[in-house]
Amino acid sequence: MQLDLRLPIGILFSLFGVILIGTGLMTPAATYTQSLGINVNLWWGLVMLAFGVVMFAFAMRGRAKPR
Amino acid sequence: MPFQGSIHLGAVDWAILGIYFAFVLGIGWMLKRGMKSSNDFFMSGRNIPAWISGLAFLSANLGAQEVMGMAASGAKYGMMTAHFYWVGAVPAMVFVGVFMMPFYYGSKARSVPEYLKLRYDEKTRTFNAFSFAVMTIFSSGISMYAMAKLLNLLLGWNFDVSLWASAAIVLAYVFLGGLRSAIYNEVIQFFLIVLGFAPLVFLGLRDAGGWSGLVQRLDIVATSSHNLAGQAYAPGAWVSTWGHMGSPAGNPMGVEWFGMVMGLGFVLSFGYWCTDFLVVQRAMVAENETAARKVPLIAAVPKMLFPFLVILPGMIAIALTFKGGQSGFALPVKGNAFDYDMTIPLMLKQYFPTGLLGLGLTALMASFMSGMAGNVTAFNTVWTYDIYQSHIAKNKSDEHYLWMGRMATVFGTALSILTAYMAMHFNNIMDMLQLVFAFVNAPLFATFLLGMFWKRTTGHGAFFGLMSGTMAAAIHHGLTSPVGAESLFKGGWLGPILHTYPSEMAQNFWTAIWSWTTCFAVTIIISLLTRRTKTDEELRGLVYSLTTRHPEGHLPWYQRPIYLGAVILVAVTVLNLIFA
Repeated sequence: MQLDLRLPIGILFSLFGVILIGTGLMTPAATYTQSLGINVNLWWGLVMLAFGVVMFAFAMRGRAKPR
Repeated sequence: MPFQGSIHLGAVDWAILGIYFAFVLGIGWMLKRGMKSSNDFFMSGRNIPAWISGLAFLSANLGAQEVMGMAASGAKYGMMTAHFYWVGAVPAMVFVGVFMMPFYYGSKARSVPEYLKLRYDEKTRTFNAFSFAVMTIFSSGISMYAMAKLLNLLLGWNFDVSLWASAAIVLAYVFLGGLRSAIYNEVIQFFLIVLGFAPLVFLGLRDAGGWSGLVQRLDIVATSSHNLAGQAYAPGAWVSTWGHMGSPAGNPMGVEWFGMVMGLGFVLSFGYWCTDFLVVQRAMVAENETAARKVPLIAAVPKMLFPFLVILPGMIAIALTFKGGQSGFALPVKGNAFDYDMTIPLMLKQYFPTGLLGLGLTALMASFMSGMAGNVTAFNTVWTYDIYQSHIAKNKSDEHYLWMGRMATVFGTALSILTAYMAMHFNNIMDMLQLVFAFVNAPLFATFLLGMFWKRTTGHGAFFGLMSGTMAAAIHHGLTSPVGAESLFKGGWLGPILHTYPSEMAQNFWTAIWSWTTCFAVTIIISLLTRRTKTDEELRGLVYSLTTRHPEGHLPWYQRPIYLGAVILVAVTVLNLIFA
């Protein structure tokens, strides 16, 4: 049985998402003048987390019904 | 340098970088158990799903030259750079998927040179194997050099340490997990690049006032005589792909439509995507023939959209340099020109706060490293099967070749490090790579085309055709020169300069055209003069007219390569029309 690639991708990007969301919530608004006033850490962290969770879910579904 | 050591990483950025490298090595470690035979190591057991191979197919080419070079070209030439995708890569990928994969996969060849051995003869294979091995080492060395230089420049990291550390990481995961490890990491890198650079495009475009604001600013760039080409053009020269291609003088690339379509579109792109083992290897290891044919087609879909991810940042950067936005971003000046090679890193620095900055840098480093890994895996396969097994040590045990593959990974990396130190003399990575491809790859496509579709082509014809094609490339390059050439690397090294091209790009395209045409003609002539050495029976599965087509009628249309290919071609035509 080989490693299902969706699993590490899911974990890695969920982790990145959580880190970015955390950073976005903790850093002061002044940090984001360089990104045109948008809290990109928070918003992009959410996107990455969503992507990671979807990949993870696919991996779990793949594991549930082995070929 | 105004930006020497100018990026400071926060703790979050370091954490993101650290987690990524832990994952890279972890995947190599986990795959180590599965590496039992040389088939596992070099061919990843031939059981990789099509979507994974497809993204790796794309990613193997997404190294330093792609990401940084395309942004640089976006600044320098504008939207015309998209020709590399919409005329070059995508049609070539459809062709290799629909027409060529059945022969590569069906012949059970383990490498592109091995296909040449089956179709032609030993000398053709050996010539290709050697030139390819040299090219992979060269490319991976350039990738390493560029990365170490960049890290030194931006982060103030030590050049030698960056070089050796990145080489060590690539070596570790390829050594452990072979091709599968390289492929898995390429897929992760693909997602990192997309997710890491998408916010950059969004923020940059917003800063430039959206698409219409960008177009307005780029018209200022085009009509100013202080732009990167040092010459004023009609408004729109930076935002249209086809509108200004009537003559070389009308556009910043200095190429007319024929040279572009033939040189870049037909010869260089088909040569690269259809015959370069680095990418073809990713399709050869798919589960079955239909999956193998789908690999380049799956890759073509994101490839079509990549101009928006890698070229657009360059266009935004040059636009903002001429008419500033809210952020005040502008490209730095180097000598009396803009330093367009630094576009991507400087935009990361400009728009990404700590956190996202770590992600962007990770994406950049990942792209450098998978560029190296792709070359190293292609090198170790060609070295072991096509050079070592066929000339040095025949009939050894499978374990022996697995061991040799690992050794080849080690000395391939060592040679790349050596090349990296040698690569310091060149400044435009993209143009140099194009040059190498023109000498070696351009004639090759003629050899494959004739080999796959004309059973009369002989081994002698192929070999001498290739030789004369490569020589034609060298001679053409030696007798011509781009405007303002400063060194003999740019051309004219044979003495008299017979023709001067308006740009290096134009010269490279025409070198490729001459080389391909020479190879095509010489191969036909010599084939007709020599006797066939392979019977029809031996060529079964290797030549179009002698191969029974794999029945695919039972599959739904969206699973059938021919329909997928047609849909992709329609989509890419629409893109060409929208941005004409």
